Amino acid sequence: MCLGIPAKIIKIEHGMGIIDMEGTQKEVSLLLQEDAKVGDYVVVHAGFAIQKIDEEQALASLETLREMASELAEAESE
Amino acid sequence: MKYMDEYRDETLAQGLANKIKARSSRTVRLMEICGTHTMAIFRHGIRSLLPETIDLVSGPGCPVCVTAQEDIDRSVKLARIPGVIVTTFGDMLRVPGTDSSLQSENASGADVRMVYSTSDALKIARNNPERDVVFLGIGFETTAPTIAAAIRMAHDTGQTNFSVLSAHKLLPPAMDALLSGGNLEIDGFICPGHVTTIIGTAPYEGVVQKYGTPCVVVGFEPLDILQGILMLVEQIEEGRADVEIQYTRAVRPEGNPGALKIMEEIFEPCDSVWRGLGVIPKSGLAIREKYRSFDARGRFDLEVPRANEPPGCLCAEVLRGAAKPVECKLFRKACTPRSPVGPCMVSSEGTCAAYFKYHAP
Repeated sequence: MCLGIPAKIIKIEHGMGIIDMEGTQKEVSLLLQEDAKVGDYVVVHAGFAIQKIDEEQALASLETLREMASELAEAESE
Repeated sequence: MKYMDEYRDETLAQGLANKIKARSSRTVRLMEICGTHTMAIFRHGIRSLLPETIDLVSGPGCPVCVTAQEDIDRSVKLARIPGVIVTTFGDMLRVPGTDSSLQSENASGADVRMVYSTSDALKIARNNPERDVVFLGIGFETTAPTIAAAIRMAHDTGQTNFSVLSAHKLLPPAMDALLSGGNLEIDGFICPGHVTTIIGTAPYEGVVQKYGTPCVVVGFEPLDILQGILMLVEQIEEGRADVEIQYTRAVRPEGNPGALKIMEEIFEPCDSVWRGLGVIPKSGLAIREKYRSFDARGRFDLEVPRANEPPGCLCAEVLRGAAKPVECKLFRKACTPRSPVGPCMVSSEGTCAAYFKYHAP
């Protein structure tokens, strides 16, 4: 029940965010994330944006994983 | 979808699995608290990637499953009151109470409606001014602010025919209760990512300090879960116990201050009965006096007799991580998703439902 889906805010109308989920537009409440802006990715839970996604952190964590995988691959080939 | 697909990369998953294997020297028991993690672990076949040294056990993190039998009976009683529309999230409909469920009440003429969001419940209240619309407020800290927001909106807009039966639960007190029992031998917690987007990491500090049990806040994609397990294994191997965040793209140490504020404004902590765990102090949320006209407990007579667990059902043990579903005599026999006996088989996130769907008999 604690499902949260990442989605991009494409419009804000009357305090409600319009998000795009794989081509389908849905309305979400921004009451719990009032500083969310158009273009932000947010975690959506039960019709509310509950947190903003930090793009820098997202890229950094993937980069760490890629480095780790390549180190392991090198270690194996040695 | 962005922020999902890239965390499902098979090569990186295999790399993480290899690293876990290389780092793990002794057998450890890790508990995923959140039901959404339980489902993700099965769906993505995470267990098949892990070495034998890692034992994953599910905790009390399925809201429907830990809802006390009395609260199910209360919701059935509500549905029987003429003029009331009961609104709730889908999973609650089929949970068997002592002598009925919301679904059976609906079939015999009660007005029970499934909603996706509390905003939908408010809309139903607006469109039916002559009816009483009650929302069954279940869920953890991820969901509680959305219900607090609905109560605030109802208050601000004068929507007086809307109320909430609050049966919310807080997860960190349940973690404390599990560890204070002392016999579960949990070596680390896979902490709930979305709950923590709201509450931040501070509530886990107590668990780490009091019991020395490592806590890592983890996301829900396969790479998230594997990396979270690796972080726990590393803490254990190094003899550390810290609160760490794996799910850094969505979790801030301070949580979501706006959501915490609205929760604090509407709710106050109360002792709460958990199925399987009993009464846990300060683990529930009651609606504050200022908003009492939106509290279904004050508006309706919801006294119900003390309820007993269904005979033979091991849900209580399963919810504590003390038994696995396959150890229950009813599992796959008297208890199946089509005809569930206990709540862990009803909810799509219940541990028994997950084992039924994914675990070979």
